[in-house]
Order: sequence, then structure tokens, then C-alpha cells
Amino acid sequence: MPTFVRTEKCDGCKGQDKTACMYICPHDLMKLDKDGSETGHAMKAFNQEPEQCWECYSCVKICPQQAIECRHYADIVPLGGSVQPLRGTDSIMWTIKFRNGVMKRFKFPIRTTPEGSIDPYAGKPEADMSKIEDTGFFVTCNGYRAGNPSELICK
Amino acid sequence: MAGEFGNPEVVEESVDILLIGGGMACCGAAYELMRWLEAAKKDGHDLSVKLVDKAAMDRSGAVAQGLSAINTYIGTEQDPADYARMVSNDLMGITRDDLAYDLGRHVDESVHLFEEWGLPIWKTDENGERHDGSKGMTSLADGGKPVRSGKWQIMINGESYKWIVAEAAKKALGMENIEERIFIVKLINDKNDPNRIAGAVGFSVRENKVIVIKAKAILLAAGGCVNIFRPRSVGEGTGRAWYPVWNSGSTYSMAAEAGAELTLMENRFVPTRFKDGYGPVGAWFLLFKAKATNAFGEVYMDRNKEMLNDYPPYGAAAVPASCLRNHLMLKEMKEGRGPIYMDTVTALANLRKTLSPREVKHLEAEAWEDFLDMCVGQCGIWVGENIEPEKKNSELMPTEPYLLGSHSGCCGIWVSGPTDVGAPTEETEAGVPEHLPSGWNWGYRGMTTVNGLFTAGDGVGASGHKFSSGSHTEGRMAAKSMVKYCIDNKDLTPELDTSVEDLVAAVYQPVKTFLEYKDYTTAIDVNPNYITPKMLQFRLQKIMDEYVAGIATYYQTNAEMMKIAGEKIDMLKEDAKKMRAKDLHELLRAWENYHRILTAEAHLKHIEFRQESRYPGFYYRTDKNFVDEENWHCFVNSIYDKETQKFTCFKRAHKDLVDKSKLFK
Repeated sequence: MPTFVRTEKCDGCKGQDKTACMYICPHDLMKLDKDGSETGHAMKAFNQEPEQCWECYSCVKICPQQAIECRHYADIVPLGGSVQPLRGTDSIMWTIKFRNGVMKRFKFPIRTTPEGSIDPYAGKPEADMSKIEDTGFFVTCNGYRAGNPSELICK
Repeated sequence: MAGEFGNPEVVEESVDILLIGGGMACCGAAYELMRWLEAAKKDGHDLSVKLVDKAAMDRSGAVAQGLSAINTYIGTEQDPADYARMVSNDLMGITRDDLAYDLGRHVDESVHLFEEWGLPIWKTDENGERHDGSKGMTSLADGGKPVRSGKWQIMINGESYKWIVAEAAKKALGMENIEERIFIVKLINDKNDPNRIAGAVGFSVRENKVIVIKAKAILLAAGGCVNIFRPRSVGEGTGRAWYPVWNSGSTYSMAAEAGAELTLMENRFVPTRFKDGYGPVGAWFLLFKAKATNAFGEVYMDRNKEMLNDYPPYGAAAVPASCLRNHLMLKEMKEGRGPIYMDTVTALANLRKTLSPREVKHLEAEAWEDFLDMCVGQCGIWVGENIEPEKKNSELMPTEPYLLGSHSGCCGIWVSGPTDVGAPTEETEAGVPEHLPSGWNWGYRGMTTVNGLFTAGDGVGASGHKFSSGSHTEGRMAAKSMVKYCIDNKDLTPELDTSVEDLVAAVYQPVKTFLEYKDYTTAIDVNPNYITPKMLQFRLQKIMDEYVAGIATYYQTNAEMMKIAGEKIDMLKEDAKKMRAKDLHELLRAWENYHRILTAEAHLKHIEFRQESRYPGFYYRTDKNFVDEENWHCFVNSIYDKETQKFTCFKRAHKDLVDKSKLFK
């Protein structure tokens, strides 16, 4: 389902050089039509190569205006359904509408710590250069599985 | 903007360590690296680092969309040797036990970090009930019990998995050492030593800029390869590949051109997934206990189980190799007993018998979350076709082939392994080119056969089943080795074997071609002087699909078909020099497709060289339709000569470092 941008909702990220969807798309699909020459809608974003869309929803989730939705791949899927998320800081809400009108809603956690709060080396030891050729990492998090030495039959 | 489309700005930089890619592997490398760099600095080694990603790290790589499970978590109840055995059997006996074992003993360290950083991991309580990862239960590191959806997998609420892992990596590395939207297209060897890396060249996808970076050590971890075979959907659905479409073989092709030895490039992965959306089946099989059937409700794994006896010993394990499970399913499809169904209706009805209404509601949410966390497109198909899994079964379908080294696939680059697990120190097969290492380790874990060039994740061949957590782990292992390599080579000054002027001209050739010829015709896409990247990709996909065991032939090929494919690919490579780029987006596509062609060629040459069908269900050589343990229980490796533009294949001996007979007891 290639993503599409709702004309009335997209504000081109308020005239910045780069929109949120352009920033995030892993496949470089989203493009800001600055002068309207490509879409007829100046300063709004569009999906420039819909047949390369993986439907990863990265642009849908990040859009500050909720201007991006998906229309399921037209060469595969009957029209009428929709799957739309609202991603918050600790959870994501999904609204799912079937072609026949059945609706479902789900909410799932996405992270247990505040966004931006990771302090990668807090409480972690420094690396010990004398161990750089040993197995293991600079820090152990109780996850190193040494294994039963007798399993290594050529050692 | 300083540069122009026809005359890009040229930026030259020099670092000690360059990370190419921003996926799980490079995020792992970034995290591990900075602590070692601090320690090295105290010893007087001030090493610089830079990471470049063709996308944005928050959502780049194979985990961009999220995941509903971490597929490699060893836990306290299993041994790294058990993991190495599973990897080996799933990949038909030919993997590097040293690499798998090493990954197995390290991987849980990364998983515990993910949980600490905020990834919600499902837990099982003392009554055996499942809870999502937001409930604040005991962490895995402190002995919390995960929800196993299989022997090695644990369930997560993984929508933001990559976002979380990238946050840690970006903070560790510092944004001043990261440049996004830079697509590296070529590695550069050293002027004074052709078997040493000296740098890389690429361009900005956002501004008219070519970047040439000299580096002592490079971690090339840019994923696997998708879209070299014609996909089953060729309209808008082209994008709905199972593996991410932006994985364009850059890892394999750039390493090959730099002279690195590739391994098992004949291997491919053909996942059986929910039809058209390619949503995950693991939780349905393992967590919800669903069965896959033919059109008549017969379970093909039971109906055709004798077929497993044709492939001893790999068919005899408790869990037969993935390719063999496909093999049993393809029989039903070929003989007209399709479609293949996942019997979701019976599975959910059975579960309802023992569950309370509250648990049933939870179960329904779990089933949907499995798709929503990692493959929203499958939900799109279910809602469009009015499929509610408790009321209607879904079709399954094997996809077009993908090349990768981190999932149930093992193609990739031959790398130096650990020294303490009993790996061979010399080669017993004749015919390995002299300049290549003899044993399985040559000093630096994760280093390819090119000095200074490292890889991880999909790049490391002959292992497999590392998945997201294992790729992160491999990146960390490579990071340590790169620091050591830089310290050991502190007096080395990389010198590029190609002039910056020539590099820039090569990178921007598709732009030059476009500007030179664009006005020759009135229609921009039809011009005898150039080919669009899109048409070139279609041509590659047609060749691979029709001649190299794609879906068109039910994954079958033979020597004559491959001979024709070789001729067609030679001409395609010539025409690749005439690709056009009308804008930076198309320049990205041009180089991605150049990488795809070389990856596809390696795949073809390896299948041609291996005189058997090692992976029945993934591909068949109809002229050699058997597994030949006597002559081909070995690695097929290759090197590419960038002057003659030819691959040379050769054998390397295989050796078991853990006892495989335990699989069959």
C-alpha cells in the first residue's frame, strides 16, 4: 500500500527545506514539491516512487500533521480498507477498518523509557585495553553464555 | 548549495574507522566502539570515526519497520553449541561453527542492553500467562522469563526497536561523527597494497556532493539483497518484498570489487509467508500452533514426510531445514493441490477451548500485533480482503528469492573467526588462490580477506540465523577488532589507488550521461543513448527469474539456462555503464542496481560451480538434482577481479567444530 499525502493536511513542514517524511523514509521516496511543478500542489510532500514503497509506515508515523495514510497496493488489494496508526511516546494506537466496515482498535506499548532518555554508558565500566583480544564486550550485562567446553570437539 | 547537478562539490575526508550502514550491525559497532576508543586514547592512540548511512538511522536497515520478535536469544537453558547445531542443520550442514558459536555466546549481551534501553520484552509469569513488555516485570538480565515463540525466539513489542537501538548508537557515537543520506558506492584499495582497503567514495542523496573518505579500517554492513529476482507482484506491489527493498546488495558487490572473498553466494532464502503481504508466520506456527495445509486440508509436512528421507541427515532432525519444508510444500503446488493455507480458524478455535474471554481478546491482539509491529502491509491485505483470522484461513506462498546472511540464509563474505574454538588453521582443498588466508582466522574477528575491511550482519557469510540481535552483536565484535587493527597499524597511511577526479567522474557518470543526451529525444525515458535504472532492474529481474531459478520456473535451473543467463548478464553489465540519472534520487537507484547486478552474477556463478542442488526448496539444478555429500559437503567461495570483471569460484573444506549427530538422536 503506497503511502499518500492528504493535500489539505500537509503543510510541507512549515516551509522547512526538508520535511519529516523526507527525513525518515528509508527508501528516499518522499519528496517536497517546492513549486508545485510536479504535483500541482506547491510546498506539499508526495511519494515519488509508489511502486517501491515497502509500506513500512515510517512516514505515516512521523508526520506531525497526520497527513499521510496508505492506500493498499492497487494491483493486489481490494479498495476500502485502512490501517492507520497514531504513534505516541510510549505506545501506538492502531485503527483498522475492513472493506466490509468491521472496525478494530489496538494499543501496544513501544518503549518503556522516555524517548531521548538513553544514557548509553551510564553505570558502565570503561573498556580494559588488556582484554581487547579476549571474547566478550567492554561490559557484561549478565548475558555472556560461556558454554560447555566439552561441546567443542576440535579444541 | 555549493555543487551543481552537473558539477558536484567534492569533499575529501580522512578518518581511522569508517562505518558504512546504519542498521543493527553498525549500531552495535557504534555502541561498542566508543568505549574502546576512549581506552585507546588513554594509551596514546587518538582514533577518529565516522558513520555514513544512505537513509536515517532511526528507521534504516531491515528493522526499520520494527519487529515482533527477537529471533536469536540463547537464554540460560541452551548452549552456544546447540545454537551452532541448529544453524548448521537449517542451512544443510555447511556453515562455519566458529562464527555461529561465537555469536551464540555473545548475543544475549545485546538483547539485555535493548531491554535496558527501553525495548518492551514479553514475559511469562509464574502461572505461565503471557504479559506484554510494558508491565515492569523482572528483566531478562535479572532472570525474567521471556515468552518463547520457538526454541530461539522471544516475543517483543518491537514497533520502535530500531528507533531505540539507533538512539543508543547515535548518542554513543555523537551526531558530529554521523552523516545520513550518504550512499557509498565503491570501496577503494590501497595504492601500495591492492589487498588493503584505503577508503570509500559515495554521494549525498540530498545535495550535489561527492564524498571521498580515506580510512584505515572500514566496517561494511549495508544489508542483503532484494529485487534481483522478478517479484510476484509487479505493479505497485513491487515494493512489498519480504526483505526490505532498500537492501540492494551493496555489501556483497562493493566487497567483491575490493577483492574480498565471498562464500556460499549460491545460497538464497525463499521464505514461505502469508501470500502477497509476506507477513510473518512464525508466531502462527509456534505460538498459536497453526498448521499449514493443501487445498484439501491435508498437512503437507505429514503427507509428504517421506520426501525428507531423500536428504539425509538434514531431513531427519526434529526441525527439518527451512528449504526442505519448502520442498514438501512445493510438491503440493506443482501437482495442483494448491493453494496452501495457514489454518488460522482451527488454531484459534482450539486455543479458545482452554482460554477465558479475557485471554481470547488478548490472543486476538497478539495476532494482529504480530503484523502491525513488523509488516503492516499484511494487515492491509487482511482488511482489504475482509480476512478475520478466526473466520477465514489465509493463503501462504513462497516468495521470490532473496540473498542475505542474517536470516535463514548464509551467503556473504568470508571472515576471520574466533581463535579459541578449534577452527581449522589450514586449508585442505586445492585450488584456493594463493594470496588468500589458509585457516578460518587471520588475526581480526570479522575482517574479510582484504586487510582493514570488516563486515557484520548480512555481510558475514557461512553463518546465518543471527537476525537483529545477532547482527548487532557481530557489529560489536567487529568494532573491537577494528580498534585493535588500527592500533597495530598505527603507522599506516592509506593511499587511494584511484585519483579523486576519476572517482568523482565514475560516481556521477549516470548524471553526465543524462545531461549529455537528454535532448536527443522528446520522451525523456526512451533514448538509445541511455537506459533508466528502472528498466535495467526489470531486465535483471527477468533474466534471474527465467534462467536462474526464480518463481517462473518453480525455482529450477540447469547448466544451459545458466549459460544463457551469463551471456545476458555480461551485456547487462556493459549497459549498466549507460545508466542515466535525471536527479539524485535516480542516481541512488542507478548505483543500487549496479550493486544488484554484481550480486546476482555472484549468485549465478556459484550455483553454476556447485554441481548439486544443496538447497532443495530454495533452488533446484534439474541437471544435478541431488545433494552430493561426498563431493560437495564444502564451501563454495569466490573472488572477483575488477579488471577482467570475472568471478573465480573454488572450494574450501568444511569441518564440524561441534557434534552434529546430537541433532538426530
